Amino acid sequence: MIEKVPSKNLERTVAVIGNPNTGKSTLFTALTGVHSQIGNYPGVTVEKKLGWFEFEGQSIRLVDLPGTYSLSPRTIDEMVSVDVLLGRQPEVGQIDAVVCIVDASNLERNLYVLSQVLDLGLPTVLVLNMWDVAQERGIQINPEELANRLGIPAIPCEAHRRKQIDLIRSEIVKASHAPKSTPLDIFPEAFHEEGRTLQAEFQQFSNQVLPTYLVERLILDVGGQLEIDLTKPNPEQLISRLKEARERLKALQFRVPNIEAKLRYGWSRQILNGVMSVPEKRPAVATDTLDRWLTHRFWGLLAFCLAMFIVFQSISWAAQPLMKFCEFGQKQVGEMIGSLLPFGPFRSLVVDGVIAGVGGILVFLPQICFLFLFIALLEDCGYMARAAFLMDKLMTKVGLSGKSFVPLMSSFACAIPGIMATRTIENRRDRMVTILVAPLMSCSARAPVYWLMVAAFFPSISWAGGWITLHGVMLFVMTFFGAVVAIPIAWLFKKTLFKGETPPFVMELPSYKVPSPRIVLHRVFDRASAFVMRAGTLILATSILIWGASYFPSDHTEEQKVLTEIRQAESTFARELEAKEQLSLLRENHSHPNAPQAEIDERLAELDQRLKPLHDLFDTRNKISEQLLANSFLGRFGKIIEPVVKPLGWDWRIGVGVLASFPAREVIVATLGTIYSLGGDVDENSQGLQSALQSATWPDGRPVYSIPVAISIMVFFALCAQCASTLMVIRRETNHWGWAAFTFAYMTTLAYIGAWVAYVAASWLLAS
Amino acid sequence: MKLHELQIGQRAQIVEVGGEDGIAIRLMEMGLTDGEEISLIGFAPLGDPIEFLIRGYRLSLRKTEAERVEVTALVDSKL
Repeated sequence: MIEKVPSKNLERTVAVIGNPNTGKSTLFTALTGVHSQIGNYPGVTVEKKLGWFEFEGQSIRLVDLPGTYSLSPRTIDEMVSVDVLLGRQPEVGQIDAVVCIVDASNLERNLYVLSQVLDLGLPTVLVLNMWDVAQERGIQINPEELANRLGIPAIPCEAHRRKQIDLIRSEIVKASHAPKSTPLDIFPEAFHEEGRTLQAEFQQFSNQVLPTYLVERLILDVGGQLEIDLTKPNPEQLISRLKEARERLKALQFRVPNIEAKLRYGWSRQILNGVMSVPEKRPAVATDTLDRWLTHRFWGLLAFCLAMFIVFQSISWAAQPLMKFCEFGQKQVGEMIGSLLPFGPFRSLVVDGVIAGVGGILVFLPQICFLFLFIALLEDCGYMARAAFLMDKLMTKVGLSGKSFVPLMSSFACAIPGIMATRTIENRRDRMVTILVAPLMSCSARAPVYWLMVAAFFPSISWAGGWITLHGVMLFVMTFFGAVVAIPIAWLFKKTLFKGETPPFVMELPSYKVPSPRIVLHRVFDRASAFVMRAGTLILATSILIWGASYFPSDHTEEQKVLTEIRQAESTFARELEAKEQLSLLRENHSHPNAPQAEIDERLAELDQRLKPLHDLFDTRNKISEQLLANSFLGRFGKIIEPVVKPLGWDWRIGVGVLASFPAREVIVATLGTIYSLGGDVDENSQGLQSALQSATWPDGRPVYSIPVAISIMVFFALCAQCASTLMVIRRETNHWGWAAFTFAYMTTLAYIGAWVAYVAASWLLAS
Repeated sequence: MKLHELQIGQRAQIVEVGGEDGIAIRLMEMGLTDGEEISLIGFAPLGDPIEFLIRGYRLSLRKTEAERVEVTALVDSKL
């Protein structure tokens, strides 16, 4: 991915800035193509996106800054953009020019940020994107006159159709060689005077020279990030000087903060007067009618539910078979490579460690791709903002905003794309809380555990003529259990770790547009490759670690002997095995209604009789595997921690199963299969595993499993962060290991306490 | 009157945005400056937030945010 265009000439750096929803990423992709690199700025959650292109022998490095309505930094994250533009961000370096992209159909407001960019005095190129939308609305703009008045090139553009891209490239190259321009100045001299005074005072206090731009921003942004940062070392002095400066300006009819918006919008209107004409009456555009329906009290909610339903249904229709295919492929590859290698630690490492680990990564890919396909589609067509609008009231009850709804909803399929989707939440505190509670939503990997426990330990009771079953009710309760727990947790995080004023929900509702397939696919590819590259390697490492702990230090020679015998027996009984497989298929599919079931069963029993030596070998193998696991580091550790899990009603075997499933919770079913000597190839529906669990006993003969134990296990799985991939994605998205560790710690604690409470409460309820 | 008290479809002129905090500044940056015309398009299904039309674009504000904006209702001449 990281591909840099070789530079003949000295590379120039150009920043791209603009309002949200102006098609900035589309333009960025159109300009740079595949030559881009995504990372993070140190210490913040802002994505650092760089891209390269070469035009007429000049290589240009583009820095994509987060979409913003204004350059006045109110948060640490917004401060990054200003630092980049001022050349104060060491990872980016000096900026040679700026591309400001604006929505041509909404020029008046978009010029606000342009006026702030022009204050920097950097050569600037103005891109009037969404030109087609403006035309459709009957908005007439004269780009030549606009360029004339602004003194910078202004290029009409339809980035999603890749129109005018070469012209923009050429203007960028020209601008990157242009000398610094005089800053646009719309403020009175008295204001600059105050700025110079404050600058000198600041230098006295701190012995460092603050750029004029920042000093002036300091005066303008009441309570902004600069005020917070700069007044930290010597609060009293600077705050009082700042207040005095603002007071003096107020006396001159220059009221901070109101004056900035007034002057800039005044400038914007003056520039556009005679350059742009807007029809008196907004023409009735189809999207306006659409919007009325989609935000309607009843129809809007219905459409929203329908959209969410379709998204999740298609994920299960389209992604599930693909995931099954991945699992099948993993098994096939494992068997194929396994048959080529001699038995021993190396084969086990390759098959049970590496291939299983890679499979564990790939199995998430279909879900990630499909969910991102939908999220990118919804975002690109403009519906995402409406979804946030519809759901905001509901989410404010938890202390979050409407923007957290879709990421949390996505987490019901899988927390990984859910967490990645939080990038649409600009407010850092809201985003962090959403990331931290997303893994509590019941993802699809938890379902097998619930199935197994419910099917094995809850009686099949049904009510209302079979429409409501106890199993169904339990599954429903478990699916929403995590989400219910997430409500107080999110509230608690908002009150403690992420305290602060409620972020404004001042949001533009962009006009609807037809999504561009190129952009949508690009985004899906970006997310998917980021997951495989960054999280994948670590998931693999974790899988190998757990494999090692369960393989060593036991002596595996006896197991290998049995495995060799099994392989021989399998070739001896090849005909019988094939016949059995065909018969089983026939029986399952009922494809021949005429074929008598009794006859099939009879023939199957006969085959099983002949296959008995092979089955005996399997039993021996399973017993050996059980012993080996018990003696492995993992098994020994499980016995050591038995006192810790005993209050939850668990024995050491459950403890080991849970430990082994920390990299990926769905492993538990297979691990329990190994532990109860059934081999690893079991699933939640297998009768053998269910009866093995039902008949497992403590050394004194009491059954291990009971309804309270089953509930305790389910609650533990509902609340625990048993997913290495999720933790890796949290690390990546928050740009800090600490948050992954924190998520792990809080969820594990929560799971332990929850499981204990559930066990005690259920035992007490069932006893009384 | 306050901005959130408008009826659906009603136009008004902004008198003042109250406060000097981040929310007030964000409102002004989004173009809610005194003298500007704004109209209420509709409410979200649960009554909050509210959709407005200002400077030719659609803006969503929470009730608590709209409460800070003092407006005078305009009598629609087109009626």
